Amino acid sequence: MAKVLVVTSGKGGVGKTTSTAALGAALAQTGQNVVVVDFDVGLRNLDLVMGAERRVVFDLINVVQGDAKLSQALIRDKRVETLSILPASQTRDKDALTADGVERVINELREKFDWIVCDSPAGIERGAQLAMYHADEAVVVTNPEVSSVRDSDRIIGLLDSTTAKAKAGEKINKHLLLTRYDQARAARGEMLRVEDVLEILSIPLIGIIPESEEVLRASNLGSPVTLSNPDSAPARAYFDAVRRLQGENLEMQVPTDRKSLFSKLFKWRFA
Amino acid sequence: MSFLGQFFAKRSSAPIARDRLQILLAHERTSGEGQSELIAKLREEILDVIARHVPIDRDKVQIKLDRGAAVSTLEIDIEVPQLKKKVDAPEKKPDAVEAGIKKNLETKADPASGKQTLPTGP
Repeated sequence: MAKVLVVTSGKGGVGKTTSTAALGAALAQTGQNVVVVDFDVGLRNLDLVMGAERRVVFDLINVVQGDAKLSQALIRDKRVETLSILPASQTRDKDALTADGVERVINELREKFDWIVCDSPAGIERGAQLAMYHADEAVVVTNPEVSSVRDSDRIIGLLDSTTAKAKAGEKINKHLLLTRYDQARAARGEMLRVEDVLEILSIPLIGIIPESEEVLRASNLGSPVTLSNPDSAPARAYFDAVRRLQGENLEMQVPTDRKSLFSKLFKWRFA
Repeated sequence: MSFLGQFFAKRSSAPIARDRLQILLAHERTSGEGQSELIAKLREEILDVIARHVPIDRDKVQIKLDRGAAVSTLEIDIEVPQLKKKVDAPEKKPDAVEAGIKKNLETKADPASGKQTLPTGP
């Protein structure tokens, strides 16, 4: 049965779009049929991070308003056959996205895909609420930083009160994805530790994505990090997160980049 | 990936990012809101012309766009059902033929790339 997963955070800039791309691609790399949907109407970026920005013809609002068929708006990824993108509209009015329209599109997507990964806009306004409304699962992206943790707490509250599942008296599965984590700084007491964040938010942890230069490189290239460098530390963390999402019980660890002393020296020489 | 390959790949991502953004923003600044309306209009009018001569299923139309620095291509794939003769056995399914029309979006594009191809059925 198809699952709707919302990637949300409240705060902007914590890695929602990066994580949507990486989780969506990692799921598709396991052979699942995946669509990533951009809900950030007016400020779409998922297409750019996925490297599909030149191929956008129609968008979510065109489909909601009936100007295009869903099959015409979906962009098939060129690298992973089972991965598709449904872009957001760049310029139109946010109010063009209606609750009924979104429900119709999500129901149609449920028939075609195993996973529908929704990239939420920042904030707690209508756009964010529409993105989470039909979710079965939620990934709450959080940085180990005070304002991000506070906003995640707000979002968790909304997930438990304003979603379709919550209104039907059911529970939505919430998972914490800690991004931009620096183990060394946390050990030195300069950054909130994993345990601190978990204690405050008290939802299960699905992954710890280490701060890594590979993440910026991936977005420069327009490729999810699980595709641009599958062996890198963040990619391995996203692969593990996806396995946990599919029900596997894995030991939690913070992957690190394996660098030889030689490559470190080499890099330093030419930096 | 070889060590050398990885080294070069690592150093070259920022220029790629710059090029991608320049192409994207050049299109967004000039076309703005009208872009998707223009494509929808082009699709409707092209389909009307073809529908005058061949019966087509409008749901089986795929539109692809590729924006480049100088030239953008709009590709419209229309499934044209093979015209059935009355003597055909009814259980025999018609083979679908694909007609691809490439249309240039930009007027400044060189004329050589403005060619139209319409493959006919077997």
